[in-house]
Amino acid sequence: MATLGDLERAVMDLLWEHPEAITANALRDLLSQRPSGDGDGQESRPLAVTTVLTVLSRLEKKGLVERERSSRPHRYRAVTSRADHTAELMLEVLGSAPDREAVLARFIGTVSEGEAATLRKLLGRD
Amino acid sequence: MYWTSWLLAGLAIALAWPVPVALSRAKWPATAPFAAMVLWQSLALAGGLSMIGAMLCYGLVPLGGNLAAGLRGLLDIFLGRESLDALGLVHAFALSAAALLSAHLVFTLWLTYFRINRQRRRHRDLLALLSSPSHDRPDTLVINHEAPVAYCLPGGSRSVTVLSDGLMTLLSPEELRAVLLHEETHLTQRHHLLLWAFAAWRSALPWLPTSRLAQRAVSSLIEILADDVALRSVSKSTLVTAIALVASGPARLPATALVGGGADQIDTPATTSARLSRLLAPTPPLARKLQALVLAGAALLLALPTALLLVPGMLGG
Repeated sequence: MATLGDLERAVMDLLWEHPEAITANALRDLLSQRPSGDGDGQESRPLAVTTVLTVLSRLEKKGLVERERSSRPHRYRAVTSRADHTAELMLEVLGSAPDREAVLARFIGTVSEGEAATLRKLLGRD
Repeated sequence: MYWTSWLLAGLAIALAWPVPVALSRAKWPATAPFAAMVLWQSLALAGGLSMIGAMLCYGLVPLGGNLAAGLRGLLDIFLGRESLDALGLVHAFALSAAALLSAHLVFTLWLTYFRINRQRRRHRDLLALLSSPSHDRPDTLVINHEAPVAYCLPGGSRSVTVLSDGLMTLLSPEELRAVLLHEETHLTQRHHLLLWAFAAWRSALPWLPTSRLAQRAVSSLIEILADDVALRSVSKSTLVTAIALVASGPARLPATALVGGGADQIDTPATTSARLSRLLAPTPPLARKLQALVLAGAALLLALPTALLLVPGMLGG
């Protein structure tokens, strides 16, 4: 059975695939059409709209989804594209926020231009 | 206890400035990273203890000849058996300062804990949506991005190592192994706890220049320690190549994003060059006897303020 995390992922994937805002019902239909992700060959159980709404509200709280209340039923869309979120993630990893080194430990820290040149020479290419 | 407070103050001053500066400029830490790490921790703890101890002892001077007697006197004041006049304004001020500093240090430690965890949780949430589990490695995630990155996200049972597509195409299997071993060491040796402690120290005492020195030194030392563990299983040239490839690979992020954050930049280029020069022009590790000496020194450093505080009471002085 899909965990909440799997569902969040599936919902975000769909929202990224459909940049136009879609309703929770439409999402439910799209999710039910997807092959079951756990590979056990079972048919996915039909998903309740309330489950989809729960997932959407969690994602909204995390700032990943925004809700269009101008029409009923409400429509949902991803706040930014998947590429932008990935870039945001990478910025956190590669950027120079002073707190970062306590949050995660990356393999290589920032490298100055001179350093980079030395390293390229080390690799035998320039 | 009057002299105790001045001795502790002297120790606090020594540990606040000249000693950390000397240690940060020394060359030997790279040859004995574990011992140097212990010494830095001891410096910070002994420094904090001396600062608080000095103020505490000075504050309690009119109440008794040693710490125990002084604290008993303080208790009498709290219980109303003695008046606050017995203390005097200056000494009361010193006691308040000791209490405030202690509270500040503990409070900052917890604040930093929550701040770091909040950021980690946010990062982990994004990671869950944007990465896929690695096919053949447990607790490893792969991000779809061409910049070569590798890092670990600590979190107890949820610790993960994260790699990018770009990294996996850039490195050979052996080089990848070196990177993974390095990151795993950060997790198994719980380096994030040290980073938390020294980040809190820095946050609590930002006006103390050595808190920044300490944070930088410890960040550098954990990288060296992780390299040393990786070297037990891969060759030096493999590790060096892996470092060089990852460092010189194209970052493909707007240049402004990568420009140094100024005074708080911990990951200075010095860290990477320190690691490389250590691998390329290795100096022999510090003799075992000297390492033992350093560790003994660290223990002594911590024992000193403790003894100054407790021994007079035990001797009935």
